[in-house]
Amino acid sequence: MTSRSRIPFYVAVLLLIGAGISLAIWRHVELGIPWLTGEQRPVWMVEARVDFVGTGEPVLASLNIPEQPPGFSIISEQAASPGYGFSIVDNSGARRAEWSKRDVSGPQTLYFKAQFIPTDDARPRRLTREPRTREMFWEEPQATAVREILTQARERSSTPESMTRELIRLLQPDTRTQNTTLLVAEENYLQLLVDMLNHAGIPARTADGLRLEDARRRQPLMPFLQIYNGDQWLTFDPQTAEQGVPENLLLWRQGSESLLDVVGGDNSEISFSMLRQTVPALQLATMQAESNGLGFLSFYELPIEEQSMFRMLLLLPLGALIVAFMRMVIGIRTSGTFMPVLIAVAFVQTTLVPGLIAFLSVVAIGLLMRGYLSSLNLLLVSRISALIILVIFITAGLSIIGYQMGFNTGMTVTFFPMVIIAWTIERMSILWEEEGVREVMIQGSGSLFVAICAYLVMSAPLSGHLTFNFPELHLVILGLILLMGQYTGYKLSELRRFSPMKVYD
Amino acid sequence: MEWISPRRLKRLGMLNMNRRNVDYIARYNDRSSYPLVDNKLKTKLAVAEYGVKTPRLLQIVREQHEISHFREMAEDLEGFAIKPAKGSGGKGITVITGRDGEEYIKASGARVDAPYLERHLTNILAGLYSLAGTPDVAIVENLVQSDPNLARYSHQGVPDIRIVVFQGYPVMAMLRLATTASDGKANLHQGAVGVGLDIGSGRSLNAVQFNRPITLHPDTGLALENIEISAWDEMLEMASRCYEATGLGYMGVDLVVDAEEGPLLLELNARPGLAIQMANGCGLLPRLRAIESLKRPHFSPSERARFAMETFASL
Repeated sequence: MTSRSRIPFYVAVLLLIGAGISLAIWRHVELGIPWLTGEQRPVWMVEARVDFVGTGEPVLASLNIPEQPPGFSIISEQAASPGYGFSIVDNSGARRAEWSKRDVSGPQTLYFKAQFIPTDDARPRRLTREPRTREMFWEEPQATAVREILTQARERSSTPESMTRELIRLLQPDTRTQNTTLLVAEENYLQLLVDMLNHAGIPARTADGLRLEDARRRQPLMPFLQIYNGDQWLTFDPQTAEQGVPENLLLWRQGSESLLDVVGGDNSEISFSMLRQTVPALQLATMQAESNGLGFLSFYELPIEEQSMFRMLLLLPLGALIVAFMRMVIGIRTSGTFMPVLIAVAFVQTTLVPGLIAFLSVVAIGLLMRGYLSSLNLLLVSRISALIILVIFITAGLSIIGYQMGFNTGMTVTFFPMVIIAWTIERMSILWEEEGVREVMIQGSGSLFVAICAYLVMSAPLSGHLTFNFPELHLVILGLILLMGQYTGYKLSELRRFSPMKVYD
Repeated sequence: MEWISPRRLKRLGMLNMNRRNVDYIARYNDRSSYPLVDNKLKTKLAVAEYGVKTPRLLQIVREQHEISHFREMAEDLEGFAIKPAKGSGGKGITVITGRDGEEYIKASGARVDAPYLERHLTNILAGLYSLAGTPDVAIVENLVQSDPNLARYSHQGVPDIRIVVFQGYPVMAMLRLATTASDGKANLHQGAVGVGLDIGSGRSLNAVQFNRPITLHPDTGLALENIEISAWDEMLEMASRCYEATGLGYMGVDLVVDAEEGPLLLELNARPGLAIQMANGCGLLPRLRAIESLKRPHFSPSERARFAMETFASL
């Protein structure tokens, strides 16, 4: 009857464990929640500094700021500029930081800071509108030169990408012909490239990138060329024709025309400084969780108070696992099945040694008092109730005495669950009367041993981290406990108990 | 510290705790039958219908106020036993073997007064000895006068016979003898001596105390080798009949032999312990599997008892 019904059970348990593990892996990959506690992630802190001289008129400074730069994601932005009104304006696909002030004169400095983390996914932004090419007009003889160069480039190319590469190569100084020398001057090179590509029917624009190097100050932006290949914008180095965004290059400006506009100021300048920082990966993940949409699966959105409660609660399954293992596989006798877990939870709050001392003294004093109670011939319920009150007296007494003597640890007794302790005392006392001190010692030390094991597991930083940040791992624990419920093998303690059977073998 | 390898235990066919719980108790014992065996009063009434005798019931104390009647009832009794109906493992059983004026003499020889016994009854009613701490009922039973043949082996208390009955077949048996260490109780984990009994003949096989093999009773000094239980086939049949009465597939049946009334049922146990295997020097598993693989089980208790005597005889 059971051989039939056990296969679905094992399949279900395997599914449970598989679901737990795969969900955890998925969240690790998607949300970047780290497996270990101390894991650090690099973060680039980039600061843009805008300098200008006020002319005594109202000022509106508008700085283009990045929006989804390829290879990076923004985790924080802030502006530092005393006395200025500040806002981030998002219009027609370009994000701009805008500072405003009524009356400005003399040199002014504005700061804009943002933190970027390198990401692997290079998901291209969906374009709302297909970019168009601009009509260009050249006068003779430039018009002829442009035409000839474009014809030359087109002959050697097949796609917008290869056309761009050929054009860049043709405009390089070492390959220059008469035509190109006529067109190219040092200052208009990039603009010329953009114009010619537009003329050839390939939408093109310029972009500004920032090479990220640790602890650099006063860095300029580097110009890049972007073309649209009918599907997405591609970035080219205008000198080497290399395609793609190099690593550690942050595209600060894409798409919009101007980097910085200052109305009401002269001599505006912009420079960048940057710093490589590390932040805990977990902090990063929680910051991103809010924006990611996957955050609903985690506890990060709960109020802090509930979060800390769950931190404790989610440790309990680990304790239950330890108890199940100790009792079913090892075969340690405990007094009360899950009493050790509750004691372990209290140990987590009190730390081990003070907790152990407090627990043992409460139980010892309680046992003494219980000896008197048993001679009073009370009904069970009233005896337990009296014991609960006595336990509270004992803990209060220990706290006060401990505090007066200068041990703050005396206070930690209050973390122990009073009712559980009262029951433990009651059970120990009956055990003492019925089975003798030996059994009390066996069960008492068994319970303490299991409690300490559970404490050691539950107080490990890693287990706190994993249970709280990967709550789905509890499915694995559940699966393991279910599997253990099917364990019909010998317990470790039985190998000793049955050892006299050797003679009959 | 001595250890035995799991492989050797398997070869011996030793049933272990986890397997007993999962493969036998959980599979063959219906939860709804548990109250029947966990409550001695219910057991008494249930098995009576199947012709299984139990010690005579003297009084049932159900409520606190009924305790006052206890003294009147006990007034002219020589010996009796007070038991919690839902007690387990012999907990809370007080056996009074005689009187000395106002005082009662316990099986251990200790003298106690009436208030002590009343307090004991109060504790029983409050559920101190019951399995889940639930309120309980105390029963007062006639004292079993043990068959002197057997009684001389036991230090105090009545020697009882534990028979493990699987699907109505008695599969293994042992005689339990109280010792000073066990305080007159016949529980092996408290230090009682367990003497394995041959199912085929009712003769003793091996003896253990605290899981260690012994040959002499630690208190009486009597050799434990040549004990023979009288009316053995009758006892096996009685044990077998308890299966019909309770419907429990895997249980322990505790019997005593009264000097006048013959075999009596003391109690049933839905979770019989594993120490019986050590007293017998062999494992339960081969016998349990033999019963499980029976194609045509026997229907009457006497047939089953006879089958067991033939199949599991070791001499």
